[in-house]
Order: sequence, then structure tokens, then C-alpha cells
Amino acid sequence: MASKAPRHEMPCQDAIARGKNFSEVALGYPTEFAIEEAKRCVQCKKPKCVEGCPVNVDIPQFIEKVAEGQFLEAAKILKSKNTLPAICGRVCPQETQCESKCLLGVKGESVAIGRLERFVADYEMANGTSKFVKPAPSGKKVAIIGAGPAGLTCAAELAREGHAVTVFEALHVAGGVLMYGIPEFRLPKAIVQKEINSLKDMGVEILVNQVVGKVTSVQELMDSGYDAVFIGTGAGLPYFMNIPGENLNGVYSANEFLTRSNLMKAYNFPANATPIKVGEQVAVLGGGNVAMDAARTALRLGAKDVYIVYRRSMTELPARAEEVHHAEEEGIQFKILTNPVQINGDENGNVKSMTCLKYELGEPDASGRRKPIAIEGSEFELPVQTVVVSIGQGPNPLVTTTTKGLALNKHGNIVADENTMATSIPGVYAGGDIVTGAATVILAMGAGKTAAASINEYLKTK
Amino acid sequence: MYSVVKRRQLSDSIVLLEVEAPAVAKKAKPGEFVIVRQNEESERIPLTIMDFSPEKGTITIVIQEVGFSSALITRMQEGDAFIDFVGPLGQATEIENYGTVLCVGGGVGIAPVHPIARGLKEAGNKVISVLGARCKDLLILEEEMRAVSDEVVITTDDGSYGMKGFVTHGIQSVLDKGVKIDAIWAIGPVIMMKSVANFTRPLGIKTIVSMNPVMVDGTGMCGACRLDVGGETKFACVDGPEFDAHKVDFDLAMKRSAFFRNEEAVAYNNFKCQCEKEGK
Ligand SMILES: Cc1cc2nc3c(=O)[nH]c(=O)nc-3n(C[C@H](O)[C@H](O)[C@H](O)COP(=O)(O)OP(=O)(O)OC[C@H]3O[C@@H](n4cnc5c(N)ncnc54)[C@H](O)[C@@H]3O)c2cc1C
Ligand SMILES: Cc1cc2nc3c(=O)[nH]c(=O)nc-3n(C[C@H](O)[C@H](O)[C@H](O)COP(=O)(O)OP(=O)(O)OC[C@H]3O[C@@H](n4cnc5c(N)ncnc54)[C@H](O)[C@@H]3O)c2cc1C
Ligand code: SF4
Ligand code: SF4
Ligand code: FES
Repeated sequence: MASKAPRHEMPCQDAIARGKNFSEVALGYPTEFAIEEAKRCVQCKKPKCVEGCPVNVDIPQFIEKVAEGQFLEAAKILKSKNTLPAICGRVCPQETQCESKCLLGVKGESVAIGRLERFVADYEMANGTSKFVKPAPSGKKVAIIGAGPAGLTCAAELAREGHAVTVFEALHVAGGVLMYGIPEFRLPKAIVQKEINSLKDMGVEILVNQVVGKVTSVQELMDSGYDAVFIGTGAGLPYFMNIPGENLNGVYSANEFLTRSNLMKAYNFPANATPIKVGEQVAVLGGGNVAMDAARTALRLGAKDVYIVYRRSMTELPARAEEVHHAEEEGIQFKILTNPVQINGDENGNVKSMTCLKYELGEPDASGRRKPIAIEGSEFELPVQTVVVSIGQGPNPLVTTTTKGLALNKHGNIVADENTMATSIPGVYAGGDIVTGAATVILAMGAGKTAAASINEYLKTK
Repeated sequence: MYSVVKRRQLSDSIVLLEVEAPAVAKKAKPGEFVIVRQNEESERIPLTIMDFSPEKGTITIVIQEVGFSSALITRMQEGDAFIDFVGPLGQATEIENYGTVLCVGGGVGIAPVHPIARGLKEAGNKVISVLGARCKDLLILEEEMRAVSDEVVITTDDGSYGMKGFVTHGIQSVLDKGVKIDAIWAIGPVIMMKSVANFTRPLGIKTIVSMNPVMVDGTGMCGACRLDVGGETKFACVDGPEFDAHKVDFDLAMKRSAFFRNEEAVAYNNFKCQCEKEGK
């Protein structure tokens, strides 16, 4: 039976060579791999994989088309549920979503759904010709705040209904974390911009350099004729550890480090004027996708030893499995069960080392993960010149604190109805990381889509 | 978009630019700043709003050439445009009627003091301005400051104009006349702000400084602009840039702003060589 065939490996750039460049690591399936991989799918009658996907992509249907070599047909099926498949195929944590539920995964290896998704999306980008047919204008106007995956998805869905959509973005380019956070070697910026251009072709207006809360506000947008507002401002506020030495030179938040490198292209300094500096030894604090991205970026910027310093063990690392695997291949060193207590500087205020403690795992805590406990007397010093703090991000208060009547939870996230994404203010919706806290691209997109459906209903009543 | 409609050379290295930015102009208040990018490869750099006209839809900035990015901007001519111009950012000055206030500006720092002095004057304060420069040729915006102040004291390091000495000598001269000062705003090089803070701390005079750390986004997203204020970490772009001078850790701020000095020097030297080659 076809399903006995092993899962096709993703062709990648050589691990040593890629540590010195910013080109994409995973090269994508060649056509024959895609077709063979698609043939592994046994086309379940009740496909579990679909339940694992937050936007319920019709997985067996699109895979069937791939097996038949009908790639543009496959793309059509894919895009009916997922507006940004070239992005999701690359960055979704498939092993905990669609692929975790795949029937084949029970006994052996699941179908490589994400890789097939990427193949189809890339094929369509290169060969597709379908043009968006603009619907009749509805006469309604919607303002979207934040051009991340949540905002962009919401914008696309609303444009399809004929509403006039304007996106207000604080930075000088649209894309949110896809542009400033996730590095080029994992998600080429040209792909993100292609997706954004297709939104513009749909008639979505994107205004950059607009910090809502400063240059305008939710209330002012409503007063100036927008019939509804969607807030998708993400989780952009960097958390620090609050340990001594965190303001020394050489300590970056992951946001700063990645923004300098990705958005401002500091890896191309001085041709691009924004500088970035890494020492020979770099410690990255944390174990999520953000930490992996920061560590692998540091390596590419010339660091010799890059350490992931994480207080739990390898099994608890929250990052996508593929990223951990790639990081290991590239020589990133994992200092697990370790946590810093202090960062030490030299007389000029530059980082020279970090004092750390060793940990062991105790009983499971509230999150169900085993609780790390510090081992007494295990203190040691790790020589490093750069520290990147990647322990998470919170909600940026610029919009939330300037919007009267907007209900927030105790962390400062916007409270939105799970099924409609409606906030406490009529006509104002919210979704993505600003509601859930830092999560995933596909969840943010799902929220944007749900909100668009509710906004569409709401506008009918206006 | 964001075109320069007026350019004025204020000194050898300092230029005033009036820039078209209607949305920003409509909202701007004293104490706020903008972040600009000159071209597609440029850094995002913060500049204080020196003046704003909602009617004309313009923002005026004053910039001193200190490195590569500022050099690009000081060379802009009327008709040239910025690719990006974001704002207004930061917390506005708390303008109230305090009584008698001192507005202290050093070097290019006189520019951001100007709208604050004007705002304070309009709010009914008696405004005494103390303007400092290294020498007469480097003193900028004297007339503009006289127009919004009740009294102006000028100090130059070399004594070529006004009193010889630093702005702290200027402040002393006001105190010597028996004037009771209710609040001070001081903007200039960090070292100047530090000396003003040290000078007024024992006198217990409320003193506000405007900090200018390295920034990237200017919206609280990156943390590059963090400062220690009263033992707490603050992000200057959203919590400031104005802070209580008596609480700011100026030494840390100075160390932090030197972090990229070598890299910045590379960019600036490349640029100067290029200019020489092209005979500019
Ligand atoms: C380094 C990194 C790596 C990641 N890797 C993965 C991964 O591999 N897989 C995955 O699924 N997820 C990953 N994530 C998480 C994922 O990127 C986010 O969950 C997702 O981007 C959230 O989308 P969003 O639209 O809610 O917000 P964002 O992508 O954060 O977009 C919000 C946008 O709003 C703008 N904005 C904020 N405030 C304002 C304002 N006041 N006015 C106007 N605009 C404003 C911001 O500039 C930004 O453009 C990663 C995150 C990071 C930081
Ligand atoms: C909120 C804020 C408002 C500002 N307003 C103005 C303004 O109105 N007019 C103006 O001319 N400048 C202002 N600045 C400073 C301005 O942003 C910097 O001069 C500019 O970014 C320098 O870029 P550069 O590439 O030309 O110089 P760089 O090459 O980055 O720096 C050259 C030299 O100047 C030093 N330097 C750089 N930035 C600073 C700084 N912020 N403080 C002290 N030393 C520094 C460096 O250490 C280096 O030695 C402001 C800064 C902030 C944060
Ligand atoms: S969108 Fe993500 S979770 Fe859904 S099928 Fe595609 S890769 Fe899997
Ligand atoms: S669960 Fe696996 S085998 Fe079944 S339809 Fe989905 S991808 Fe195919
Ligand atoms: S400049 Fe990025 S947080 Fe202030």
C-alpha cells in the first residue's frame, strides 16, 4: 500500500553553508516528491487532519489534486480556507496541528501536509494566472489596525464582500511579525510582499507609518466614517527577565535583535544603514520559535558559539520541531535546565558574562509541564558578549489604553467573544495575538477570518 | 509625500527643515517627536518636533549632522522627500501654569525647547530661557526663543557671545537675581542635562529633561530605548522622552548611546569618502 512509503524529506541547504547566509534553509519539494508524498495520503473518509487545522483546510481534497498533478486546482481548494498558504506551509507548527492528527502518524510518519501546502502555494505564485474579480462595492468602510496575519486576513475577507478596507500599520512596511520577526532564511520577505501585493490588487488600501493611538484613535476612525474597526495589533511588547545587568550594552530584546536584522536588514550593514553587533559568544534566553530565530540569526551574523539557555528540558521546548532540528544541525548549543540570575558587564558597560543556575525537573505544574527547580550551589559563569532576551511578548498598550470602553483582561489583552471576535464596543472587533497573547500565524489568521464574517453580518444591520 | 517645503541653514552643521506631514501636524504637541527614514536603505531616526502647523500641514525639525544618517538629512534640499515620517510619538510635555519656569537649551537642544517654551508661555508662565552654545556661530534660534520668552540668558563656552561659561552658570545668574524658579526644562547633550540635574537636585527645583537614546521603532516594541529612571526600566519612546531629571541614570544612558559608535563611524567615514570623490 502506498502509505507504507516513507515520508519525503525536505531538501535543505547544507547545514554548514547556510550558517553563513540569510537565504531560505528549506528549499521546497521538487514536483516528483510532491506527487509521491501526496500519494501517501489514504484519503480518509473522516479526515482527522482537518480537525487539527485551525482554519479547517480541506486537506485530503487538495492533496488528491496534488497526487493527480492538478496543482492549480489544489491551490484553489487550499485558498478557499487559507488566504496565506505560502506562509502557513512554511511556519505552521504542523506537528502539533494538522499533521499531529494524521492517520498515518499513528503507526508511522504522517503525511507532510505543510510541505505539500507550501509546494502548492509556491507553484501557484509562479504559474497562477487567476485574477481577482472585484465584487460590487457595498458602500461600507472598515478600518483595520495592524497589518499582521490577523489584520491582513480580515482585510482580504472583507474586500471579497465588496467593503472598502483601509489598513493602518505603525511600521513602514506591512506584514507584522512576518516582516520584522521571522527571519528571511525561514520565510523570504519577497513571499510576504507578494501576498500583500495581491491584497492591494483586491483593492485593500494599506497605509503605513500610522501609529493608532497617536496619529488617530479607534474613536476618531469611527467618527470619520468607518462603519466597523478590527484591531489586530499583535503582541509587540518585549518582556525582560528583570535580573541585574539587563540594561548593559549587548543585551537586546529578541524584538530589537530581529527587527534590526529582518526589517532594517542590518545583516547588510553598511549598505543598509542600521547597525547590529554580536559577540563571539551569544546567549539566547528562551526556547520558543522566537529564541530559535534569534539564535540562528546570531550565528549568521558571525557569532562562534550560540547558546540557547532554557530552564526546562528538550522535550518542553515550545518551538516548532523543525526549527529545533535545524538549529541543532547548524551547531546551536542547547544549555537546557539552565537559567540566568545575573548579567555581568565590564567597565564600559558591555556584557562580558552571565551567571547561571542549573535546574532539575520536579512535579508537573499547573501547565502540566514538569516544574524546573534550581539546584542549590550549581552557580556557574558563562562567558558571553551578547544576550538576546526571548522570553515572550505582551500586548502593546498604545491602542488599548487610548480606546475608552474597551474591555481588557488582567494581562492587558483585549477581551473578545471567541465565536464572533466582538469586543465590548459595538462595531469594534479584535483578533490575533492582541487577544490570545503570543500564539501562531494560523490562529491569528483564523481570528481575522472569524472577525470578518461577524463584521460582514454586523454591516448588514447598519 | 513628506517633502521638504522649506530649508534653512542654522549653523555649519545644523539645518532646519519644514516638512509636509499633514496627519502628524494635526496632532503634534510640544515635547513629542517623529521617526524618519530618508530613503529605502536608511535607519529609522528620532527627531524632536520643533514646530507644527496644522493649517499648513507641516512639521518643522532641526537636525545636526553627527553621523551618516543625520548627514543625509542635513543635505536634503527643498523639494526632496523623506520616504517615511512617523509621528507624533512619545508623551507630550505637561504644560501647566507653574509660575516662573526656566527653559534651558544646549546646542541643537535649543530646537526642542522652543515649542515647550512657547507652550509654557501661552499657559501663563513667566518664561526665562537659558541658551548655551560652544561659541557664537553655533548658537541657533536666538530670535525665535526671544519671541517666546520673557527673558533670555545666553552662555557660550568661549565667551564669544553672552556670558562665558555653561548653562549651569546661566541658571546661577538667574538665581543670583533672587528669582524663584518653579520648574526647569533642560534639553541638550546628555552631559549637559546631567550637570543641570546635579545642579538643581540640592536646590529641590523640579527639573525635566528630554532623553535621546538609540531608538528603532519608537512604539514600545523593541526596548532599544530603555533607560533607568528611579531604579525602574523605562522605554523612552513611549514613557518619555521627558523624565524627572533627578531620577535618570545619565551615566547608563551615555554608555548605552555609545554602543554602536564604531559601526556608526564606519558608515559615516564611507559616506564622507564618497562625498569627497564626488566632489560634494
Ligand atoms: C520571531 C518570531 C517567530 C515566530 N515564529 C512562528 C512560527 O514559526 N509559526 C507560527 O505559527 N507563529 C510564529 N510566531 C508567532 C506569530 O508570528 C504571531 O502569532 C502572529 O504574527 C500574530 O499575528 P497578529 O496579526 O496578531 O500580530 P502581528 O504579526 O504582531 O502584527 C501586528 C501588527 O500591528 C501593528 N501595530 C501594532 N500596534 C499598532 C498601532 N498602535 N497602530 C498601528 N499598527 C500597529 C504592528 O506593527 C504589526 O505590524 C513567531 C513570532 C515571532 C515574534
Ligand atoms: C527622542 C529623540 C529626539 C531627538 N531629537 C533630535 C533633534 O531634534 N535634532 C537632532 O539633531 N537630533 C535629535 N536626536 C538625536 C538624533 O536622533 C541622532 O543624532 C541621530 O540618530 C544620529 O544618527 P547618525 O547616524 O547621524 O549618527 P550616529 O552615527 O548614530 O552617531 C554619531 C555620534 O553621535 C552620537 N549619538 C548618536 N545618537 C545620539 C544621541 N541620541 N544622543 C547623543 N549622542 C548620540 C553617537 O554616539 C556617535 O558618537 C533625537 C533623539 C531622540 C531619541
Ligand atoms: S494551515 Fe497550517 S495547520 Fe492548517 S493545514 Fe495548513 S499547515 Fe496544517
Ligand atoms: S489524516 Fe492523513 S491520511 Fe488521512 S486524509 Fe488526512 S492527511 Fe490524508
Ligand atoms: S524605540 Fe523601540 S521600544 Fe522604544
